[in-house]
Amino acid sequence: MAEVTLIKAINDALATEMARDPSVCVLGEDIGRGGGVFRATEGLSRRFGPERVIDTPLNEVGIVGMAIGMAMNGLRPVAEIEFVDFIYPAFDQIVSEMAKIRYRSAGQFTAAVVLRAPYGGGIHGGHYHSQSPEAYFIHTAGLVVVMPSTPADAKGLLASAIRGEDPVIFLEPKALYRTVKGEVPEGEYLVPLGVGRIVRPGADVTLVTWGAMVPVAAKAAAAAASEGVDVEVIDPRTLWPLDIAMIEASVKRTGRAVVLHEAPRTCGFGAEISALIQERCFLHLKAPVARVTGFDTPFPYALEKSYLPDPERTLRAIRASMAF
Amino acid sequence: MTDSEILSVLLPDETVDPSLDPGLPDPELLSLYRHMVLLRAIDEKAVALQRSGRIGFFVPSTGQEACSIGAGHAVREGDWIFPAYRDHGVGLMRGYPLAALVGQILGNTADATRGRQMPNHWCDRSIRLVSVSSPVATQLPHAVGAAYAAMVRGERVAVLATFGDGGTSTGDFHAAMNFTGVFRLPVVFFCENNRYAISLPVERQTVTGTLSEKAAAYGLPGVRVDGNDVLAVRKVVGDAMDRARTGEGGTLIEALTYRLGPHSTSDDPTVYRSEEEVAAWRAKDPIRRFAAFLKGRGLLEDPAAEEAGAKEIVRGAIETAEGAAPVPPSSMFEDVYADIPWHLAEQRDSLLSGKG
Repeated sequence: MAEVTLIKAINDALATEMARDPSVCVLGEDIGRGGGVFRATEGLSRRFGPERVIDTPLNEVGIVGMAIGMAMNGLRPVAEIEFVDFIYPAFDQIVSEMAKIRYRSAGQFTAAVVLRAPYGGGIHGGHYHSQSPEAYFIHTAGLVVVMPSTPADAKGLLASAIRGEDPVIFLEPKALYRTVKGEVPEGEYLVPLGVGRIVRPGADVTLVTWGAMVPVAAKAAAAAASEGVDVEVIDPRTLWPLDIAMIEASVKRTGRAVVLHEAPRTCGFGAEISALIQERCFLHLKAPVARVTGFDTPFPYALEKSYLPDPERTLRAIRASMAF
Repeated sequence: MTDSEILSVLLPDETVDPSLDPGLPDPELLSLYRHMVLLRAIDEKAVALQRSGRIGFFVPSTGQEACSIGAGHAVREGDWIFPAYRDHGVGLMRGYPLAALVGQILGNTADATRGRQMPNHWCDRSIRLVSVSSPVATQLPHAVGAAYAAMVRGERVAVLATFGDGGTSTGDFHAAMNFTGVFRLPVVFFCENNRYAISLPVERQTVTGTLSEKAAAYGLPGVRVDGNDVLAVRKVVGDAMDRARTGEGGTLIEALTYRLGPHSTSDDPTVYRSEEEVAAWRAKDPIRRFAAFLKGRGLLEDPAAEEAGAKEIVRGAIETAEGAAPVPPSSMFEDVYADIPWHLAEQRDSLLSGKG
């Protein structure tokens, strides 16, 4: 198995699924001849032609709305939003249309669109190239929300999203696009949606995190280990529907939980996970569920290192949980 | 014809302009008429149901029957329809059963969509009548996508998208028109300019003299038609759908019409328009105009009897649909996703157990 970057794994998933199923199309801004601003779609136009690799005008409503119509009429569109920070003009199409067509038509029409978008900070992108808006979409009935953190998961989860019957918001940690490498199976490869991954088994504290925070969690867990604290790191991979069974089983063993995400704190997904843990594991808990998150500010440009959770802040939360 | 010209087929003397007459056979002419009469009967009965508290809401199309029936008649097998909420006539003309339509209004088990939406939000996959949503013009980009998919597969079909004058102010309208032009797609944009978006007159939506001229900005032809003339609507939409099917791209049609009733059963139009204005348009009633032509042709004898018959049909359909059982509470949790995930199963069980 070859070691590849996360962005290559995304490209591999798209190419593999397009080769397997002629109804798979990709569309978005600069994704054809340009190969995508992050090169996620590089080579696809040459291989599959401009009819299936569609360079669209610059309009997110058009991209998402068009993808919905394509899906209703039998295609499997994978639309790219250049940065997730630009997705908001299409919010109505996502929330009121894509997510609701199955429900409001009682299953007569569906919109199994995959919306791919790079998300997250750490690339000196400021407010409009750094946001982490997963909670908006998790809050919306009808959407599946996925965030991979490794190249293999990126490939397998994207392929599953493309083959699935529900609309998927597929958020890619752009900070990891080229900074993580990993072995990725060649050819067709699926990772099931809704199933988490234990990144590191441990006995003392459960640390739940996803996307670009997974390497941060791994570093914090390694540092904790040197202090004699054994951290179990869980990456849900699919944020919604969440693999609650995996988290519940872990917290019932450890009795302690820390949730780590880079999105703002208030009504962030950590709040929901924290509520689920206390509902399900109340009598097992030895400490309050802790949150390590971004702040309730706009994403800052110059101060992004202070904004983003790091191993040190995470370690402090782990220590506090142990000391409670 | 220039943009500002308005195409009519029915002439003031109650004959037709032979150069523009779509030449429909007599049974089709009668079918157009009967569907218009049926549509108005549905409006009357549905508004009465709302007033008596048996349904919560309704959006009537009275005054605009020529638009939706004429456009619906131009739709063929395989074509797609992306309608606005006031266009039940398009589906009705295309074969959406009356029983299904009244079932949707009632929102019980007679509704194929299981009471998921308020009245006027119909859909029927079998005739590619796509589910209506309340936000205005959101269906237009979907029409683009469906047309694109048809093009990829080499299907020679057309896509009809309907909306009102207010819809032309939305970003979705701009996106859909522009994408249709860029990708040269078979989408027919049928805009029913009924003069008001709820209370706001069309002059406050745009300062362009016409809505059809907006087509030029997207490289599409724009056409104006008398929206109270069912044959003119049929002619213009039919021609545009033919152009679409033969790969010549999309069209924007502006049909000039008037909403004789309120925007919805929650609206009081007397606060924003005069009785004189309404009376002037009532004199141009699309059903009466078409009836006069049909009488002249010897195809119609007794319009009052037709209207009474339609009311009876609607009354019977509602009586039958009202007998259907309410939708079960468990159905609330279905069709959110393809399969019911754990959290919805938990919430359903909690509701059904009475512990939720």
